[in-house]
Amino acid sequence: MATTGALEQGTAAQWTRRHLLGLRELSADDLRLILQTAESFREVSLRPIKKVPALRGKTVVNLFFEPSTRTRTSFELAAKRLSADIVNIAAAGSSLSKGETVLDTVRNLEALKVDLLVIRHAAAGVPHALAKRISASVINAGDGAHEHPTQALLDLFTIQEKKGRIAGLKVSIIGDIAHSRVARSNIWGLTKLGAQVTVCGPPSLLPRHIEQLGVRVVYRLDEAIRDADVLMLLRIQHERQEAVLVPSLREYRLTYGVDQARLAHAKPEVLIMHPGPVNRGVELDSRVADGPYSVILDQVTNGLAVRMAVLYLVAGAPKLDEAEG
Amino acid sequence: MTEPAYHEKAKVLDADGIRRALTRIAHEILEHNKGTAGVALVGIRTRGALLAQRLAQAIEAIDQRPVQVGILDITLYRDDVSRATPQPVVRATEIPFDVTDQDVVLVDDVLFTGRTIRAALNALNDLGRPRTIQLAVLVDRGHRELPIRADYAGKNIPTSRRERVQVRLREVDEAEEVVIEAPAADPAASTPGGR
Repeated sequence: MATTGALEQGTAAQWTRRHLLGLRELSADDLRLILQTAESFREVSLRPIKKVPALRGKTVVNLFFEPSTRTRTSFELAAKRLSADIVNIAAAGSSLSKGETVLDTVRNLEALKVDLLVIRHAAAGVPHALAKRISASVINAGDGAHEHPTQALLDLFTIQEKKGRIAGLKVSIIGDIAHSRVARSNIWGLTKLGAQVTVCGPPSLLPRHIEQLGVRVVYRLDEAIRDADVLMLLRIQHERQEAVLVPSLREYRLTYGVDQARLAHAKPEVLIMHPGPVNRGVELDSRVADGPYSVILDQVTNGLAVRMAVLYLVAGAPKLDEAEG
Repeated sequence: MTEPAYHEKAKVLDADGIRRALTRIAHEILEHNKGTAGVALVGIRTRGALLAQRLAQAIEAIDQRPVQVGILDITLYRDDVSRATPQPVVRATEIPFDVTDQDVVLVDDVLFTGRTIRAALNALNDLGRPRTIQLAVLVDRGHRELPIRADYAGKNIPTSRRERVQVRLREVDEAEEVVIEAPAADPAASTPGGR
């Protein structure tokens, strides 16, 4: 204020985006700015009074067309700790079950003057389509098998926290890559920040041409575990599989499940990550999920700080109707 | 978005001046609080935090007892957040002690409108309930918009609202001085060095 000028060394980027739709369209500087902002927000949740007035008077709507506990709660607490007002709408109890279109639902919410819309939908691209048609800011909380940007951001944040860096690390993403929006967002984020990404799973669960995203493809679990600094396990998504793509969960566990015996070949300080919810005994053995290398609960804690950062940054971007500022 | 050109109008403190001002403030804090017991310094990012660190060293040199020091980031408490786009960068608050029942001395470089201090008071309240909150600034330049005053001021400088006061500290600025700068277009500033 009084002293302007050459302040704040070390911050290259400024945030000017109205929406957070995916990591594909973000630059490495954008990613670093979010992670740095999240780092500052972490302290707020350690205070006796876990609240700051930064978004006072802003209204956030959680619009979830798919079930969610973790992400919805995380966004809700993030908004509350920033002093925003938040409303939760689940598809089951809304007019969508009466046949209203998504766009009509959202236009009605807009007529109520909401500022930010956090949306999850089973169809890829819904947040992007809405963002073009409404004046509120849109945050993608998962769209089909496309992107889940805040999950990938909290994964990046957790890796940065535990390993001190992201560039140069070897990260293996293991499991149902084809149906995973978490995998896709993580591939964008990790490669932009200089990590080497390997994907691993049965051929039926690996999308064709995935290597065009700049990742290495392996089919044997031991190859994915060897040399990896981070193992990111994905959930076998029963609800997203129309056809039977793996013979049985038992067979999947035997071939791709990570247990202590498999980890014997891993690097000594390997990180075990999982976006949750974990199918214990399928993709991840309980002793590994609860073991010393698991950072699964740190991911959840960090998710709150990351979502506070995203809400804060997106809320500050200029709106369409007041673009002049 | 090009910054209007400013030029230096007057140097009001040099390195020695800053050092002497801080030493005097350190003595005043000790005198006012009758020692260091229960006293904690909380600097407002960025330059207030550096000044708090220096004040703590000065107090320790006088009283031979350490003083607690914390750093406050007031970005989230600003009253112009929704008006300032894009959002200012948030940095961490680092106060490694409980402020409740402490005599907290807020430290900032320049006292101007008072809005930064208003934000800092709100932020401190969320962290606990200090016994007293006092305010130390290196420079008081006037033009208050809120009922706020400094308990300890290094120097009072009469300024015009259109001028700006630059505090440069060697830790971040490769210089150690306080200068007044006037906008180049300002006809009143056409005589450099004058008032």
